[in-house]
Amino acid sequence: MAVKTVIEAIRDGMDEEMARDESVFLIGEDVGNRGGVFLASDGLYKKYGELRVIDSPLAESCIVGVAIGAAVNGMRPIAEIQFADFIAPAMNQIIEEAARFSYRTAGDFNLPMVIRAPWGGGVHGALYHSQSIEAMFAHVPGLKVVAPGTPADAKGLLKAAIRDPDPVLYLEHKRTYRLVKGEVPEGDGVVPIGKADVKREGTDLSLIAYGLMLTYCLEVAEKLAADGISAEVLDLRTIRPIDRAAIIATARKTGKVLVVHEDTPFAGVAAEVMAIIMENAFDALDAPVMRLTGPDVPAMPFNHVLEEAFMPNPEKILAKARELAAV
Amino acid sequence: MASVKMPQLGESITEGTISKWLKKPGDQVKKYEGLVEIITDKVNAEVPAPLSGVLKEIKVKEGATVTVGTEIAVIEETAAAAPSGPKSQPAPQAAPPIAAPAPAEESVTEGQAGGSTEGRTRLSPAVRALIEEHRISDAELSRIEGSGIGGRISKKDIEEFVAKRAQPAAANGEQRQQVSPSTAAAPSPGTTVPLSPMRRAIASNMLKSKQTIPHAWTVAEVDMTNVVRFRQKVKDSFKQREGIDLTYVPIMVKAVVEGLKAVPILNASWSDQGVVLHKDINVGVAVSVDDGLIVPVIHQADGMSIAGLAKATDDLAKRARAGKLGIPDVQGATFTVNNPGTFGTILSYSIIAPPQAGILAMDAIVKRPVVIEGDAIAVRSMMNLCLSFDHRVLDGVSAARFLQGVRRWLEGFSEQVPLY
Repeated sequence: MAVKTVIEAIRDGMDEEMARDESVFLIGEDVGNRGGVFLASDGLYKKYGELRVIDSPLAESCIVGVAIGAAVNGMRPIAEIQFADFIAPAMNQIIEEAARFSYRTAGDFNLPMVIRAPWGGGVHGALYHSQSIEAMFAHVPGLKVVAPGTPADAKGLLKAAIRDPDPVLYLEHKRTYRLVKGEVPEGDGVVPIGKADVKREGTDLSLIAYGLMLTYCLEVAEKLAADGISAEVLDLRTIRPIDRAAIIATARKTGKVLVVHEDTPFAGVAAEVMAIIMENAFDALDAPVMRLTGPDVPAMPFNHVLEEAFMPNPEKILAKARELAAV
Repeated sequence: MASVKMPQLGESITEGTISKWLKKPGDQVKKYEGLVEIITDKVNAEVPAPLSGVLKEIKVKEGATVTVGTEIAVIEETAAAAPSGPKSQPAPQAAPPIAAPAPAEESVTEGQAGGSTEGRTRLSPAVRALIEEHRISDAELSRIEGSGIGGRISKKDIEEFVAKRAQPAAANGEQRQQVSPSTAAAPSPGTTVPLSPMRRAIASNMLKSKQTIPHAWTVAEVDMTNVVRFRQKVKDSFKQREGIDLTYVPIMVKAVVEGLKAVPILNASWSDQGVVLHKDINVGVAVSVDDGLIVPVIHQADGMSIAGLAKATDDLAKRARAGKLGIPDVQGATFTVNNPGTFGTILSYSIIAPPQAGILAMDAIVKRPVVIEGDAIAVRSMMNLCLSFDHRVLDGVSAARFLQGVRRWLEGFSEQVPLY
């Protein structure tokens, strides 16, 4: 097995799928000769040509709309939104068309398409390059939303998303691109959509996270172990369809749960996870379910001090986890 | 296919026991034909088929107890026999909701929910489950030092305690065996009488009553001479005319009705929302049977004459002893009369049947020398009336006023009181 970064794993995933299946193609802003702003598609333009790696106009609605048209005609498009913050113009295409296409044709048509979107903060990106968008899209029935946090999961879930018959919103955390390294299995290594993963076993409390927060939670679990607190870390990986069984299992196992995400709290993913626990594992709880999230403010500020104040980080998670352990 | 479910056979009833299947799988059944006998709180009820068809499957065996709403059988509807009306109607037209305010029942369960250890500290659901699982006593729990905030006992604390508790047992197995002979001091084992459904029902009702109703008790002495004389005089002609005995019970029920009319707060039920005053006066009359006690109900006793009450009492008692009471016969009592006096008792402390607010015991009528008006001493027929009442619903003054009303009615009895 080779150690890769998240961005390399994503590039490998696209490359292997394009080589395997001629109907797979990439469309997005600057994805061609430039290789994408994060170099996710670096080299693919040269390898597969301008018909399979398409530079689009600066119009997200067009990128997704073209992908929908291609998918309905049997292609497997990967639509790249340069920053998740800019997905709003394509929301109509995604929610009104892509998400319900199969439903409104009574299953006669599927849209086998992936929308890739770099998301999340902590990169000094300020208001328009730091947002978390998962809760807005996870609310929509008909969409699948994945948010891998490790290179192996990034590659495996991307493959699963490309091969999936329905539209998948694939969220790649910008901060993890080059920060998180890990072994990636040789071969396909497809990771099924809808399966969470226990990244660390523990008995005293559970940390539930995804994306960049997974890395932070694993760090925190290590520090808690030094205090004699055994923390389990559950990586959701897929936000919708959420892995209810895994959430319930870890809550039942430890009786104490802290859910962590950098998205704002109101009606967020943590709220859903907590509801699942309360509905299904109340009798096993040893403390109120807790969450640590970004604050309920409009956007991530540019000022570094304020950005730090916005983002959950290992110190904040550690403090909250200790609070939970002490209940 | 239609499923037959365990019917809700009364206000406080949550489960029923299949006593006997009257049909086998494959049998034709007609709508309203007896399908199964069910034992619930004190009665055998025959549940009729909700529709015509073929009994496909019996899902609950005889002797098994299941909760209300559980599917007990499946009937396949025969096309020709398809009746009009809803198919999945629950079997009997479950007893009319005569009195019985459900809220009172619910509040009762809520009240019981708190464990005895609740006062000391708050326990999480996980900790409660572990306490149950490992049978940790209150005494043991009080020895556990909580490591959580404010001394809260956490799941981990319990797990550590259980691990520690297990150790000495494993290490000192030999010692333990030496200790065990001390149990020889216990009485030699007797025989265990299995619990009949009726025994269980009585046990659970009585326990619930004593745990939730603050009973108060008061006694009045009644001069029954006039009643005794009257009864002596008319009982033979009454028997000839009506074919049944005129006992003291219907006369007492009449007196109770008069007392309840004067003090309606005793014809009531407690609920958290308020005291429910019942419109009808439905008097339960305790009847002893072979394996326990049944309390059939004289509905709307306030609309009956003494003769009418005598007939109703006689009919209910006979059917109770023959095991032929239906569900409505034992439901909806708003007050109960108990007659232990026939067995010679002089003071009886009866337990209230929830959700009623009172029960009156008639004790033995005995001849005693009594000081009467004009300071003369006379031989009179005396009886004690013992009232247990729910002190949440009413106070001693009302209870005494009720007893006074009953006493005055009985003592003022004369031939002018109409039998019919």
